[in-house]
This record gives sequence, C-alpha cells and structure tokens, in this order.
Amino acid sequence: MSGNVSARQALLDAARQRILLTDGAWGTQIQTYGLGEADYAGDLGLSRDQKGNNDILALTKPLVVEEIARAYLDAGSDIISTNTFSSTSISQGDYGAEAIVRDLNIANAQITRRVADEFAARDGRRRFVAGAVGPTNKTLSLSPDVNDPGYREIDFDQLKAVYAQQIDALVEGGVDFILIETIFDTLNAKAGIFAVLDVAAARGIDLPIMLSMTLTDLSGRNLSGHSVEAFWYAVRHAKPLTVGLNCSFGATQLRPHVRSLSTIADCLLMVYPNAGLPNELGEYDELPAETAALVAEWAAAGQVNILGGCCGSTPAHIAAMRDAIAGCAPRLLPTLDARTRLAGLDPFVMAA
Amino acid sequence: MNQSLSSSRFVNIGERTNVTGSAAFKKLILGGDYAKAVDVARQQVENGAQIIDVNMDEGLLDAVEAMTIFLKLIAAEPDIARVPVMIDSSKWSVIEAGLKCVPGKPIVNSISMKEGVEPFLDQARRCMAYGAAMVVMAFDEVGQADTKARKVEICQRAYQLLTGIGFPPEDIIFDPNIFAVATGLSEHDNYAVDFIEATQEIRATCPHVHISGGLSNLSFSFRGNEVVRRAMHSIFLYHAIPAGMDMAIVNAGQLDIYDAIEPELRDACEDVILNRGVPEGCGFETATERLIALAERFRGTSPEAEKAAEEWRGWPVNRRLEHALVKGIDAHIVPDTEEARLAAIEVNQRPISVIEGPLMDGMNVVGDLFGSGKMFLPQVVKSARVMKKAVAHLIPFIEAEKEEGARAKGRIVMATVKGDVHDIGKNIVGVVLQCNGYEVIDLGVMVPWTEILKAANENDADMIGLSGLITPSLDEMVTVAEEMGRAKMTMPLLIGGATTSKVHTALRIDPAYDGPVIHVLDASRAVGVATTLVSDGGSAPFVAEVASEYAHVRAVREGKGQSVLATLDDARANGFVADMHIKPPPPEQPGIHSFDDWDLADLVDYFDWTPFFRAWELAGTYPNILDDKIVGESARGLFADAREMLDKIVNEKWLTARGVAGLWPCRRDGDDVIVHREDAEHLRLPFLRQQIKKREGRANMCLADFVDVDGDWIGGFAVGIHGAEPHLERFRADKDDYSDILLKALCDRFAEAFAERLHAHVRRILWGYAPGEQLTNEALIKEEYRGIRPAPGYPACPDHSLKPILFDMLGATERAGITLTDHFAMLPTAAVSGFYFGHPEAAYFGVARIGEEQLAEYAVRRGVDLDQARRWLRPNLD
Repeated sequence: MSGNVSARQALLDAARQRILLTDGAWGTQIQTYGLGEADYAGDLGLSRDQKGNNDILALTKPLVVEEIARAYLDAGSDIISTNTFSSTSISQGDYGAEAIVRDLNIANAQITRRVADEFAARDGRRRFVAGAVGPTNKTLSLSPDVNDPGYREIDFDQLKAVYAQQIDALVEGGVDFILIETIFDTLNAKAGIFAVLDVAAARGIDLPIMLSMTLTDLSGRNLSGHSVEAFWYAVRHAKPLTVGLNCSFGATQLRPHVRSLSTIADCLLMVYPNAGLPNELGEYDELPAETAALVAEWAAAGQVNILGGCCGSTPAHIAAMRDAIAGCAPRLLPTLDARTRLAGLDPFVMAA
Repeated sequence: MNQSLSSSRFVNIGERTNVTGSAAFKKLILGGDYAKAVDVARQQVENGAQIIDVNMDEGLLDAVEAMTIFLKLIAAEPDIARVPVMIDSSKWSVIEAGLKCVPGKPIVNSISMKEGVEPFLDQARRCMAYGAAMVVMAFDEVGQADTKARKVEICQRAYQLLTGIGFPPEDIIFDPNIFAVATGLSEHDNYAVDFIEATQEIRATCPHVHISGGLSNLSFSFRGNEVVRRAMHSIFLYHAIPAGMDMAIVNAGQLDIYDAIEPELRDACEDVILNRGVPEGCGFETATERLIALAERFRGTSPEAEKAAEEWRGWPVNRRLEHALVKGIDAHIVPDTEEARLAAIEVNQRPISVIEGPLMDGMNVVGDLFGSGKMFLPQVVKSARVMKKAVAHLIPFIEAEKEEGARAKGRIVMATVKGDVHDIGKNIVGVVLQCNGYEVIDLGVMVPWTEILKAANENDADMIGLSGLITPSLDEMVTVAEEMGRAKMTMPLLIGGATTSKVHTALRIDPAYDGPVIHVLDASRAVGVATTLVSDGGSAPFVAEVASEYAHVRAVREGKGQSVLATLDDARANGFVADMHIKPPPPEQPGIHSFDDWDLADLVDYFDWTPFFRAWELAGTYPNILDDKIVGESARGLFADAREMLDKIVNEKWLTARGVAGLWPCRRDGDDVIVHREDAEHLRLPFLRQQIKKREGRANMCLADFVDVDGDWIGGFAVGIHGAEPHLERFRADKDDYSDILLKALCDRFAEAFAERLHAHVRRILWGYAPGEQLTNEALIKEEYRGIRPAPGYPACPDHSLKPILFDMLGATERAGITLTDHFAMLPTAAVSGFYFGHPEAAYFGVARIGEEQLAEYAVRRGVDLDQARRWLRPNLD
C-alpha cells in the first residue's frame, strides 16, 4: 500500500490535519503471552537459549507479532514500529543469532507492512511502518572501563556498518521510515544517521528518518550528556521527518523538555513516553486514562504532532490517547532563522 | 577589546590545544602525557573559550591517532565537552577521524578548493553527513587569495558551489587569510585592508556566512615584541569586527583594550593596519618605518599610572569611604577599603566589619538621600559601582576566614524573560536593591522559566523579579507565573518593565499564580515593596491589599468598564478617507538602500534627549530639565557624563550605525497593503483597524487607509547600533554599572536618532516628496513633517510578528546586521524598524482593543492559525 504520494509527504499531509498516533510498547506486550524457551527458539536450531529474544518471534511465533500490531492499529495507531529494537548483529550476538539478523528484520517488517496495509485497505486511511532501530548496548561516547576513559568497545565505522546491515534489511521488508529510537548516545545516533544516508544513496531512494532521544536523568540529558537542545543541533543535519523523546521517565518528567524541543524543532515532533515509572516490582501502574491525560496536555498546548507510548503502555493506552486528543489542533512547525547552531553537551548558537 | 571576545557577537576559539600554536601543548602530546593535555583544554574552557580548537598537525606525530585519542578523552570530561569542538587540520584524513569521535556538532577547520572543486565538494558532503559546520579557506587551484578581489571571488564561488549542493549557508565560515603586514615589502602593506574590505564584501554578498581568521600572522614582523603584537591584534580586531569578522582563533588574554593602548603606539599601529600615510614632519617615510622605530621603545614596558591627591584624601578613612560612596568616586576605593580592612584587623575585627560598618553607613546615607529625593538614580548607580568594587575587594578575605556572609535583608532572583534582551531597567532595579542591602541573583536576559524556577529554589530566594520591554514578554511572564504555580511555589513574584502594567498584571499574571504577584512601577518603588515583603508583620496585609486591588481591576474590567466595540463592518465603513489627489509622487530612488556606517557625529545632532532622562527616572523635558529646581543638578551631572561618553563614542568610533531603507510599489486591498517586489512574490501586509466606537466625525483608523487602492508606494526601514558589546563587557568587568547603563541608554538614543535622520533622508532624497524640507530638531521631535514611520509592535501596528516580514523585505539581517529573537526582539537591542507611509494625512494612532471577528479574519489574512494570532495580539484582546 503506497499510492502515488510518498510516505514522507503522506505523513506530513496527515500531520497537518490532526495529531497522529504511533504505537505503544512491544516488549511489555510480548511478556503478557508468557512464552517459554521452546516458543522463542522454534526450530531454528540456534545453539544458545532464545528466551527473551523478542525480535526472533517474527520467525518462530509470527502470530504474536501480528496480533500486537493489529491491537495497536485497532486502538487507532497511524504508525506501527517494527519489532526490531534489538535486530542488530551486536544485540543478536548475545543470543548467538548474528547469522539471522537480515531475516529477523525482513520478517518483522513484512508482517507489520502486511497488517498495516490490510487496515489501510479497509478504511482508506494510510498506516505507516517505521523500522525500529535500537541503540545497541555499546556506546561510542563513553568508555566502559573507568580506568581508561579513552577506550571504546566499538568505533564509528563498525557501528555504522552494523546499522547499515539492519537498515537495508528493514527497507527490503517494506518499511516507510527508519526510526532511530531510545537514543542514549548522540554519537551512536549520528552513526545511525550516516548509515541511513548510505543505504538511501546505495538504493537510490528517499528514506525518511525519525529520531527519538531518551533522557537518563531529570536534568534533561541523555547518557552521553547532551541536553535536549544540544542533541537536536547535533542531529539536525539528518533533516529528520520527526524528532522527539521516548522511554525515559513518565510523561510528567518529560514535560519541560517537550516544551523546549517544541519551540526549536523545525520538523514533526513525536513523543512516546513510558506509562509512568515502574514500581518496585518493575511493573508499570499508570492507567490508560492517566497517561492519556498527561500527553493530552501537550496536545492541548499545541506542542506535539505524534503521540504514543513506550514501556508499560498497551493498546488501551493508545486508545485512551486517541479519545483524549480528539479535536486538538496539531502543532505548527516553527521556522528557525539561519543561525549557526553548534553543540557540545550544551547548545551554542552564534549570532546571525 | 579584551572582553568583547567572550560576547555572543564575536566568538573566541581557544587556541592552546593546538600543537602548532602552543609549544607547551606540543610537548605534552609528543610526550604522551594526555592527562595534562586534557587539563589544558579544561583551563581554556574555564577561562571562557566558547569553542576549543584541537590541532595535531605535527610531523613527529601520527595525527589521526593523536586526534582520536584526545577527542575521546575530552568527550569523557563534562567540564570540557560542554563546549563545541573545532577539528583543526590541514589533512582531510585527520579531520574525518575527528568527526567520528565528536558527539555534538563541531566545526571543521578547514577545507578549500586548493585541490579542485570535486574533492572540495566531496569533503563538504561528508561534513554534511557527519553534521558539522566548516571553515573554508580562501584558497583555490591557483593559490591562496591575497588581494581583496581574489578573496571575494573565491569565497563567492565557494558559496555558490556549497549552497548548490544544499550545504546550509549559516554553517559556512570563511577564512579570507590574514597575512603579515609591516614586512618592509610595499606589496604587503595593504594586506590587512584587503582582509577587512573583503570581509565586508563577503558578508554583504554571501548571506548568513561567518568570517574567521588566524591573528598571529598579522604581526609576524614583530616576533618577540609582545606589546606591539598585542596592540596590532587588538587594533586589527577593532576594525575587522565591525566589518563582519565574528570569529577568531586567539588567546583572549593576550589582547588589549583599544582605549588602553598607549596613544602613540595605537596611532602607529592603526596607520600600518589601515595602510595610511604618515603625518607630515614625523620624520619617517612610511607607516611601517615609524612603527618599527617606535616598537623599540615598547620592548618590555608596562603602562604607568599616577594620581593627584585632593583635599578629601586627607580625611580619616571611614569618612573617605562615605565621601567616595556618596559622590560616586571610585578612583581610590580599593586602597581605601584595604586601609579600612587593616584598621579593622588592628582592633581585632573581621573584614566583614568593613562592610557592616563604614560601607553600609555610607550606603545608608545614599539611601536616605535617595529616599528623600535629594539624590537621583544616576548618582545612586554610581554609588553602587563604588560599593561593588569595595565589596569585591573584601570578598576573598571574607571567604578566606569562612565567615558567615553579611546577612542580606533578602534574596531576590531577577531575570529578563525568555525572548527579550532588554535589561537597562532590570539592572537599575538590581543596583538599587543591592544598595539597600539585598542580595540580587541576576540571571541576565533571555532566561527560560526553567532556569528562573531552578535558581529561585536552589538559592532559597525570598522573591522573584521579572522584567521585559517588548509585548511578547508579557506572555512569557504569564508562563513563568503558571509554572511557579504548577511547581507549588509560594514566594512573591515581582513584575516590572516598560510594557508591564498594573492592569496586565491583575488580569493575566495574578490569576495564573496563587502566591503574591506585585507590579512594581519603577525602581524607586522596588525597595519599598521588597522591604515590606520580607518584613514579619507587614507582608500579609500588603499582599492582601494588592490582591484585592487586582481583584477590583478584574471586576471593573469584566463589568461595564470596557469601551464598546463597533462591528468590523461598521468600523470599516467609518474608516479614514484619505485624499488620494495629494498622495506623494513615486520615489526618486525606489528599491533598497543600505547604509553601512552612518556618521555618528551627524546623528548626535538628531538626539531627542527627553527619553534619555526618562530612562533614568528623571522627569522633565529637555532642555528645561537641566534647570529644574528639583532634579536639575542631577540631570546636569548625568548630561555632562553623557556628553563626555558621547565624545569618546564619536571620536574613538565605538559604535557603527548600520541601516537599510526600502521603497516599493504597492496597492491597498481592504485593510491589507499588497507590496509589489521586483524579483519576489507579491507580499500581503495585513493591518488592524480600530474597532472602539468613535464619536461623530472621528474615523476608525487603519494604516491601510493611507494607501491608494489604485497604486501607491510604501517604505520600510531598519537601523541598528552595533559595537557596544566590547565596551559593555569592559564596564561590567570593571563592575561599572553606571557606565554600562549610560552606554546602553546612549545607544538607544543613537538608534532613535538614526531612525529620525534616515526618515528625513527618505523624505528629502530617496522618496523625495519633501525635497525642500527644513526643520529644526525640535520640529522633528514634534513630528512636524509629512508621513509617518509606525513600527511593528507599537500602537498603530501592534502585531510584532510583522517584523520578520519587514526584515525579509529589507534583507535587514544581511544589510544592517540586525537579527530577531524568537519573540521578535531585535538584536542589537539599540535598533528601530518600521514602515514608511508618505501620505500627508497619515498620522499615528493606537489600534487598541479589537473584537474576535477581526482577530479571526486577521489570522486568515496573516496566514496563521487562530491561536497563534491570539498569542500575538493578546494585548489588544479582551
């Protein structure tokens, strides 16, 4: 399902009409199925245990993936992300599953594409598929060895190649956009952006980028230390279709950062927070109506274009958001004057 | 000059982590001592470098490896990594290795067309993919550009090529090459002039780019003579910065203040840099010869100072301190304070006792005189300058003893809100409060609400004071109040600034916050309000009284108090009918006219001094105010100081007056004016119409009424006063609030005078509808001329958001160097912009309150949604 209008243009057109919805959590939804080792491993014959390798379900329990996508679309999601947060050779390496990285991405993307197109065919409203690219557990900006601050586990070119492998497979599987999400290290994201540009150039296509940062402390910085504003200036060269925040803490803590990003991001703004903070048992208690009321504040203030949920959120949360934001006008994109915007951990804007 | 290097207009880039520039750093890197090398970077940032330059180009080093290691190490140091990095190398491989290690957005220094266009564009594309700004050297296949023409030509060509591949122009920084002057070879004599002129031309023709350069080459001929080198660098920047140079790799500590350079040396350096002839009979053939001869005298000299003793200098120290405070004399304050401190130690008292004793006694005298109307703001501010210097001297001693700080009466966090850059009023209030024993935490200008709340909480403030000059600031103040409410704060919120009012505070801010909200009319009330608020018994009744007063304002406003609005149709039917037979003829010189450097002396003749005195809260009309029985003495003193500074400004060319004016054909379309531009789409300027019901015979005015439906002309202008920042920085460093405020107030006068002067030039020459106009300055001030120049954001045209449109029409940012903040405040702050209407019947008026109907229609005409329009026009709505 693509039609004549490009996915980029179609999303921009829809976002001018109303505030759009992306999906909610995948990981916590999969947990509710209570799957065992045999369910995960299937008959792939991998040597290590696969329990917990959510992305592999596209090959071994494809119906689970399809059901979750369907549930979010039923709840009103305009965008569905693929179940590929960990489908890089780095993350799959933990399960001894590097060899099937390409298959995981293609299979997950195909399932999501099929379900999304099925919904679109039903009511004529286009649904979008965002190929989810996680941060990996390696970081380009920090040393894992406290005694050797100059050490890195990986370098830029290696990570770029890892990302390029995943991104190319996602495109093969039919995604509309690449969603680089849960960005805790800004340099990792820059390697991801470079990989998208390389894949797009090699395939001769327009491949829109979505960027989503996660905050790791209440002062509003990610793990590599960048403030929201500095992060934005460091990645603005990607000319992304969307930028925003996900995961982090609940919506309450994100509020000031959404507000400040809203005034400087000259592209669509997408925010999908966790359903509050987990309790001492690691469970998310925030009810759909509570999360919806919090994100609806941003909607009412004209600060967002796309909303959704991250850890702990469910299709019920998305449905509650749909109801809570009905009738809210979407955020208007600000125009930034032509100034040199540099970034260290803090932003640096030169006088014009 | 020294201080200007940390201003936002001019970016100084730390040069000590550069192996080609610092022998010490090179030694550390060659020796593998990266830990100490990282310390060098940290010191640079601590010393105010806004960006740090990292260069590892050394034959004995593997530069790729050294660059990679060093950048990874500093990425792990938050104190260093907070500022952007400049990756400096002549080798692309080293630059690219650096780009792979920098998480933020760096600057690449440099690439050029030396190897041809293709490698140049390939490197530029890679910079785009990594996300970096870049320095482009004026260097092509033929070689490095030396003349103005070559510099300009290469940079323009590079600009075309880069913007052609989509490179953002604002991320291009040109380095047009600074070469050595005074080499003895006459062909080198014009190098500095070439750079400065090329800079101006490049800035004018390549919108949004920046200009950088390496200064040390310039003075290469004087190696080993630091005094001369520093003077040359300082004087070069003094001329290059106004021309548009806004970045340099330089050790900020090794520059001199222009004024502080020995005059003879300054003149000699200036002659060399500007390639001027030598004065008749000075005994030298060329400027270079003269400087070389003079340079010998400055080897190892240092500036000397001496002072003549005056009568009061013989008095006891405590009386001298009081005298210095009351008279605002700062010449001896540090030695006197030190003498008082030593005297205190003699009698076993601590340094703090000097503040609590003689200094506070002196300030109490000042406070009493001020309170009883015998001293006025300008003098109080001068006194505060003296007090600040004395306290600054004592603080290290007090801290050394780890005493309890002097107990302030209260602590107030003050800020000019986000989007606004005006701070004269806020600074005055801050000074007055400090004079009266309050601790003031001044967060500066453009402060977002998050920082205001954070500072208030972290410092356990007793109250918050917000200031703003432009109308959008009013909204931002509401935001701050809302957020204080949301954060469940209870401390009082004080509101001040030119556009604030009791009514606005009562209607919009007070309801947004449950704690006390108090509008403070002027600086002299601030102390009274603050004192009442921190007092034990007085606070509650005062707060209750103000709250009920505001409630009353709201009640009146809700009820009948409002004037009646006409319907929009009725208002239009009652519009002003201008006689189009007498409309002005088409302009003599249509199009856009830029003025890069209007003569300052000429502008002084156009000064309107009355608002200057008002800024200092001295009431009266100039020149009568000078003889006023009450404020005359104070006004005379202030006026004398202003004239003295004005002479320096003009003679030493502190400021640059840049302006632009444009005249375009247009026609009226309803309440809009459609502007016809030659090479761009027609533009719609929507204006608002008065809607309050008028008496018989009075029209409901709209600016469009002055424009002919059948074709007419409209003009626009923007003027700005540039160059104050280095001097302001110098004053601030010197704790000299008085001069700081004085200069800002004078800059405002220059901007207004320039607007007046330019308007006259337009009437007489450019538009030329009043060629023979002869008016005195008084007549100009009374606006006894034909035509008006209403400014966006002012009563006749209250929508500030027309400013970006006007700026775009004029190219005001490129042509006059004026930029707008998100909230439409102009930078530099001393700036004026507006439209020209030439019709003889055109007159100023206030739009005042408008109805929902007009708002909704205006939003459509303006092309924005209703909420946006409502935000912009809030002051004109119910």
